[in-house]
Amino acid sequence: MYVAVKGGERAIENAHRLLAHKRRGNPEAPELAVSQIREQMFLAVARVMSEGALHDPGLAALALKQAAGDLVEAVFLLRAYRTTLPRFCGSRPLDTGEMRIERRISASYKDLPGGQRLGATFDYTHRLLDFALLAEGEYPAPRMDAPPPAASASAPEGDAVPHVMHLLAREGLVEEAGSPNGAPVSAPPPDITREPISFPAARAKRLQILARGDEGFLLALGYSTQRGYGRNHPFAGEIRIGRVDVWLETEELPFPVPTGEIEVSECEMLNQFVGGRGQPPQFTRGYGLAFGQAERKAMAMALIDRALRAGEYGEEAGAPAQQEEFVLAHCDNVEAAGFVSHLKLPHYVDFQSELDLIRTLRREYLNAQTPGPRPAHADAAHGEAHDTLEETHS
Amino acid sequence: MDTNHDPALASSGLQARQQWMYTLAHADIADLLPFETQLKTESYQLIRPPEIGMAMVRGRMGATGEPFNLGEMTVTRCVVQTNEACIGYSYIAGRDKKHAELAALVDAYLQGTRHRFWMCQIIELLDARRLSRQAGKARQNASTRVDFFTLVRGEDDVA
Repeated sequence: MYVAVKGGERAIENAHRLLAHKRRGNPEAPELAVSQIREQMFLAVARVMSEGALHDPGLAALALKQAAGDLVEAVFLLRAYRTTLPRFCGSRPLDTGEMRIERRISASYKDLPGGQRLGATFDYTHRLLDFALLAEGEYPAPRMDAPPPAASASAPEGDAVPHVMHLLAREGLVEEAGSPNGAPVSAPPPDITREPISFPAARAKRLQILARGDEGFLLALGYSTQRGYGRNHPFAGEIRIGRVDVWLETEELPFPVPTGEIEVSECEMLNQFVGGRGQPPQFTRGYGLAFGQAERKAMAMALIDRALRAGEYGEEAGAPAQQEEFVLAHCDNVEAAGFVSHLKLPHYVDFQSELDLIRTLRREYLNAQTPGPRPAHADAAHGEAHDTLEETHS
Repeated sequence: MDTNHDPALASSGLQARQQWMYTLAHADIADLLPFETQLKTESYQLIRPPEIGMAMVRGRMGATGEPFNLGEMTVTRCVVQTNEACIGYSYIAGRDKKHAELAALVDAYLQGTRHRFWMCQIIELLDARRLSRQAGKARQNASTRVDFFTLVRGEDDVA
């Protein structure tokens, strides 16, 4: 039976007003501008864009402001917004080899063509709170217009640099990019926003799901592979962050249309593999790609991408990170938050029936425990508890 | 611009158009706005008024393998027609309708009789601005380049 529950509109309206009031905080502190979030909280913006599956720094910043900093709520807002927009077309696959690089490191090669550039990173900081940022008034950011050291002038900066993997691929030491079981390149990749997911899923679908997957979930699963639950011996072959051009394949123009640039983070993991199933010994690889500066996300994604390829290499797939359905069906935080949150919806009737059932079972249990006439105090205790429950639900 | 080398495009002159569309898409709107009055001196028709939508951005597995869908990006597009019957298009990343309309107008005028004028007037300037912006970023970045040095440890018996 479904019982419609009415009432509460006024309380809801006031609760939203209270939220808006609370979000503003102490009016003596200046209000946070969306542009401030976009410029000064760009890592949060990147995460909301990746998991919201929509690249738009301004809207991601707005979502963060509206959500009062709740990242999962902000992701939800962006996902909801994207459903209101028409999709004009798809892009040509990004050419990350042509990236205007801000950061590029490799843990596999020290001296790689193009060099290593740290970019803007938290690495090597001491993780000590910087009380200079707490000071009132203007914080003078360090100037960055000093000329580069002479030693760095060997290669033209800002130019495209080749991927590390090419070095290994030339010698056949690493497998070719792309899935051996994938569809031909000419076909448009499958799209999980248009077609329902079924298992086993193609690698293209897996990567799309991982790209919008929750960073915390993927990070924990990636970590679990390192700790031995589906170990695959990763090396960070290359991590690069920078801006890439986007070219659109439109319906009306007979050539790829340039539409601007976006910032992305890319991680190529190299994984140990000794060969087998007719394949020579060579390194295998996992791939991670995310909007904005999102290095940890890209690394976690690459670890999971490789873990989910266990089947391709005839590896035993017993660990959680290797369980395709487990990983893919639970990594979306909008879905996860939605289903957990639904527990807050009125379940009064469900609960009432459970309550009746428990009471019946308890009566039967107590009767079975005490054969013969029941002692008076047992009845009294039962009755009391009953009354208390009724009170809370009246 | 290296991703789209296509001999057919080069011969048809479409590559030149692609190049100026690239410049317009990568322009800072602040650099384009000063030309608004000049661009709108003559009347023109909005075939498709600026419209905000999305494009699905694709990546490649392992950077060079088969494509997959990464996620969408916001894009604003616009189509205009000038008095010379030139049709200009734009697809601009983000949600700036003004940027989309001005870029479509420039695209249309560049296909008209005053091509040379508009190239000198706008495109060359925007190109210079973009290159200097990019060079500035690259310079800042270059200072974070790692120059490794190895300490000499003497003879190493265990090779």
